Amino acid sequence: MSLATDAVTGAPAAPHKKLSVGWIYLGIAGVIILISLLRIITGANDLDSSGTLRATLVAAIPIGLAGLGGLWSERAGIVNIGLEGMMILGTFGAGYFGYFYGPWQGVIGAIALGALGGLLHAVATVTFGVDHIVSGVAINIIALGAVQYLAQLAFTGVPGGGQTQSPTIDDLPTISISAIADPLGDLEAKHWFVVSDVASVLRALTSNLSILTILCLLLFFVTYWVLWRTRFGLRLRSCGESPAAAESLGINVIRYKFMAVLISGGLAGLAGGFLALVASSTYRDGQTGGRGYIGLAAMIFGNWRPGGLLVGSGLFGYTDTLRLRGGGETIHGLLLLVAAGLVVMAVWQVRKAGKRGAFITAAVGVVVGLWYFLSDSIPEDLTGMTPYVTTLLVLALFSQRLRMPAADGKPYRKGSSG
Amino acid sequence: MNARTSRLVLAIGAPVLALAAAFVITSLVLAIAGDPIGGVWGQILSLPTDRGYINIVNSATVYYLSAVAVAIGFRMNLFNIGVDGQYRVASFAAAVVAGEGWLPGYANTALAMLAAVLVGAMWAGIAGLLRVTRGVSEVISTIMLNAIATALVAYLLRKVAVDDPGSNITATKTVPEGSRVPGIHAFGEEATIYGLVFLAVAVGFMYWFVINKTRFGFDLRATGQSETAAVASGINVKKMIVVSMLLSGAAAGLVGLPLLFGNDYAYGSTFQSGLGFAGIAIALLGRNHPIGIALGALLFAFLDQQANPLEILLDVSPQIIKITQGVIVLTVVIAYEVVRRYGVRLEQRRVASALEEGVTA
Repeated sequence: MSLATDAVTGAPAAPHKKLSVGWIYLGIAGVIILISLLRIITGANDLDSSGTLRATLVAAIPIGLAGLGGLWSERAGIVNIGLEGMMILGTFGAGYFGYFYGPWQGVIGAIALGALGGLLHAVATVTFGVDHIVSGVAINIIALGAVQYLAQLAFTGVPGGGQTQSPTIDDLPTISISAIADPLGDLEAKHWFVVSDVASVLRALTSNLSILTILCLLLFFVTYWVLWRTRFGLRLRSCGESPAAAESLGINVIRYKFMAVLISGGLAGLAGGFLALVASSTYRDGQTGGRGYIGLAAMIFGNWRPGGLLVGSGLFGYTDTLRLRGGGETIHGLLLLVAAGLVVMAVWQVRKAGKRGAFITAAVGVVVGLWYFLSDSIPEDLTGMTPYVTTLLVLALFSQRLRMPAADGKPYRKGSSG
Repeated sequence: MNARTSRLVLAIGAPVLALAAAFVITSLVLAIAGDPIGGVWGQILSLPTDRGYINIVNSATVYYLSAVAVAIGFRMNLFNIGVDGQYRVASFAAAVVAGEGWLPGYANTALAMLAAVLVGAMWAGIAGLLRVTRGVSEVISTIMLNAIATALVAYLLRKVAVDDPGSNITATKTVPEGSRVPGIHAFGEEATIYGLVFLAVAVGFMYWFVINKTRFGFDLRATGQSETAAVASGINVKKMIVVSMLLSGAAAGLVGLPLLFGNDYAYGSTFQSGLGFAGIAIALLGRNHPIGIALGALLFAFLDQQANPLEILLDVSPQIIKITQGVIVLTVVIAYEVVRRYGVRLEQRRVASALEEGVTA
């Protein structure tokens, strides 16, 4: 029952090319120019208004944090599909501690309850060798039941609260630099090519930003630094690649796996807490809405790396935001971009991968393009499936280029290396 | 204790151990929350009412079908998390076909069932194909397909829904009277047992027969236990993966039918969801064995039913039983592992002492 890529071809993954900082800037610039072009062509100004971008940030962070949770545990070799359950625990932790003690206590509570779910997962999978998926499914069942049970206990009879939701929680402090943000707003309203787009990006980053948002964004960089730049991280990743080798070098594999899954649970809990504290200001039943699974998808999309995960969660958050805000027409604009992208990819494939794949890609591109020209909106129900369809497509098209930790999902018993 | 009885004790020991652990953990949660432990267990472990028995059999029927669908995949080492999505699209398709009523009477019912089986199999087949052609894990693809199914069915439901001004529930056309499956009366109650309970029994028998008594079943179990051995003995593993996903999906397609033809008579936004995840838990509990799954399904249905009145009687949320159910899943897997290790040790000791006797004699 291994996850993601049972290498069908058995071919080793392509060597990882390092992205230099210059290329990253170039990429960001390219995306801005592209979106700007698209905005001008389709006339959908909401595509990158600062409101959309700020909402995207708020939508992307819970997905990204859940994905980070998945990243930590899978890098140590433990598959975690209990992320959804740990997120649910986090929403309640934020609701309970946030309402009764204060918003920062809510953050701590969310992390603590999520970590509790992680502890359960660690005990089941690491200590008792339970199949990781089984444990994850069980945790999702337990967490949902526990939270519904506890919420009724905690919030019935409290003013403004009820069986399925907490009263309003106080907001966390926000930061605005109005000296920069206000002039940028004027610039954005002009809808100039590229200039207004850059303005709206900067404006989204300088006004009404919750401190928790900034802290959560930092966690991506912290994760990268800890896992790839410290001795602790190297050891943790070695437990996910080859626990037997790690053990033979004297690493306490069990301890590292435990820590990784606990951190994973804490991050997933924080993701839930973010939903309750920043994205809204109450705990509600069913608040996570499957975001734990989207986070998992974003992690796979990002090839088990923080940078890719950030891009993946941004993308999924963006489609989610467009759906909620103007919905169908804005996403409709994106169809053109997808169609163009697919055609470009087909041309590239002719050179690299052969005619058959290129033909399929081009055909899909033409269909999407036709869809754009023959309709003028996408039904709201369908836009909700964007992240999932994207993930399936990415897996189907690029599964040979994705590389998950080698011992991911495999049971490990101390001394089993012989 | 001879070898045979000790094996039996070990086999029963694990579920008993798991239930005991779940009992203790649930009691702990109740104690921490300050709810009456004795009162809660008194209600849950009391005898059900006559009506309660009927409800238990009904929900066990649905659970059973879902768990068998999951178990088919498990026997092949495939993790079909997508039963939820599969039965969703399948129930919707069946409801549309049955609601249209192209054929008269039970011919219509049969057609709708066929539609459910085909659509369920197709939805699972996507995951199977992605696995063998592109190497995408069925765990991830079925999770994604679940979410896609939810969105797709919500969209299609809006398209085909009939407007009922009296309610705000969107639903498909109702199944004509002549195509509904009549329930079975019991205990002189007005509520009935789903007629399709026999479908569950038949599916259980077929599952047992195919897995244990046919060449295909042998191949399936062999592939599940050792893929390399299967390849060596000439089994086409890729074909087996696709076929078992299709079969699992076909069984999943049946899950919603007892509800559709015996209770709801239409597919609407209130159609019961989440049965697929319960199915995973029950399949694990029953060790993928047709009788074991039946017992597991009855246990889950019993707990659900008995927890329902907790709200009214004791002001305790019935969701407490979800904790119990989830803990049962975890502890049963742990208990089987612990008991297995213990069994191995017992066996080693017996062999060792037998050898020693042989030397001294």
